[in-house]
Amino acid sequence: MTPSATFHRSRPRPAVGRAPWALVIPAALGLAFLVLPLAGLLVRAPWSTLPSRLAEPHVLEALRLSLVTATIATAICILLGVPLAWVLARTSFPGRRVVRALVTVPLVLPPVVGGVALLLVLGRRGLVGQWLDSTFGITLPFTTAGVVVAEAFVAMPFLVISVEGALRAADPRYDEAAATLGAGRWTVFRRVTLPLVAPGIAAGAVLCWARALGEFGATITFAGNFPGQTQTMPLAVYLALETEPEAAIVLSLVLLAVSVIILASLRDRWVNSP
Amino acid sequence: MLRLLPRRAAAAMAIAALTVTTAACGGSSPDASPSAASTKTVTVFAAASLTGTFTEIGKAFEAGNPGTAVRFNFGSSATLAQQIVQGAPADVFAAASPATMKTVTDASLAAAPTTFTRNKLEIAVPSDNPAKVNGLADLAKPEVKVALCAEQVPCGAAAVKALEAAGVKITPVTLEQDVKATLTKVELGEVDAALVYRTDVIASGGKVKGIPFPEADKVINDYPIAALTKAPSGDLAQRFVDLVVSKQGTDVLTKAGFEAP
Repeated sequence: MTPSATFHRSRPRPAVGRAPWALVIPAALGLAFLVLPLAGLLVRAPWSTLPSRLAEPHVLEALRLSLVTATIATAICILLGVPLAWVLARTSFPGRRVVRALVTVPLVLPPVVGGVALLLVLGRRGLVGQWLDSTFGITLPFTTAGVVVAEAFVAMPFLVISVEGALRAADPRYDEAAATLGAGRWTVFRRVTLPLVAPGIAAGAVLCWARALGEFGATITFAGNFPGQTQTMPLAVYLALETEPEAAIVLSLVLLAVSVIILASLRDRWVNSP
Repeated sequence: MLRLLPRRAAAAMAIAALTVTTAACGGSSPDASPSAASTKTVTVFAAASLTGTFTEIGKAFEAGNPGTAVRFNFGSSATLAQQIVQGAPADVFAAASPATMKTVTDASLAAAPTTFTRNKLEIAVPSDNPAKVNGLADLAKPEVKVALCAEQVPCGAAAVKALEAAGVKITPVTLEQDVKATLTKVELGEVDAALVYRTDVIASGGKVKGIPFPEADKVINDYPIAALTKAPSGDLAQRFVDLVVSKQGTDVLTKAGFEAP
């Protein structure tokens, strides 16, 4: 069991009986606002054609590509984002506030602009891409690796911000105690800090994965759209919408169902929340 | 909690007062638009490829009909057609293909569309033409990276037909969601060639080079326009359509590389 889960469980429930209306009503409105569009999709879904559409090879191909790329992108975000969050939360250096603001740039940037920005840097004629091409013969646009790059770019801030928040909320005295007992900074990070903020990392990874799975703008701009190579589910949905709105609804529901199932099962296994 | 309320109410009032003041200031400034009561707005849903020309025609319409304002919603024709069918308050629909217009006429939301202009495909290459593309056949070479529009959008459907007519089989690296996205890939040099409309090549202002090819004549794209039957602005919608099909409108379109119908 994770330390923070223990903490929450040992806390007594508030004594007063009913939840106040001032909270319940907006909460209900908020939930309705989030769930009603989904209900709209469910109502309009062409259930009778669902099995035949699911059997279409390009649907499964797009779904597989989406799941694989979102998972790899999340892994990259964890590898790079957790250390970045640690630097932001636990060290101090001049310009840290600026760095923190820069981390959120992909959140603010319209994803399509993010995709163009990636092309300008990593494209065949981009600042870094030119060199990648001439030295290693690697070009990222229009490849599955390009999809991962676009998704990681857009999704990483979600992970960094969650983990940084968890690091700030974690009690630094555990780290200090470990240090006084002779642990180096790397050991402290690995053996004390990381287990302490594991729930925060898990939550951040879930957000990051969900964002990567739904990514559209940066992906289609940077990686393009080709079935089997770079056409993820959101891209397939968008193009289906051009001619067959019903097919688009089916594809969206498939993506939603798969992601909800995966997230719910992960939550039961790892986060272990009530 | 209760003690706090008056202070919050005061703050809310202050904000409201500020908003009113700002609005009043805006209204009294000399070059503000005429008040809402006297301005009639025509809402035009038009294909993305018409962005430049229709903006110009819209200005001419406003100049010729004082007290009117033209509001545009440019986008993919198929998306616009869906929006209209779902009840978007549009007055005029100008589509980049008869198929997308059909979505709207099938829903009885427009009657008797007119073909007001036509557009032709061209091969677009980066201005330095790195892959030395000269014709459609060069696009089939394995080392040439080609971007096409997806078949679901009009420029993609036209590209497929042109390639079929020419008997050229190519494997594009990407199928883009609209013609502007396809053109961007050429402008940035990410692909060696793409099939886009002649008007897009001209609109890029020299950033890409256009190469005409004979098979383009077989897949000329018709652009239909119609005033919508449920047009909120009534006969102003028809007046806008009339201007587009008039000589004045046609001149704007041909200058941008469109062809007269």
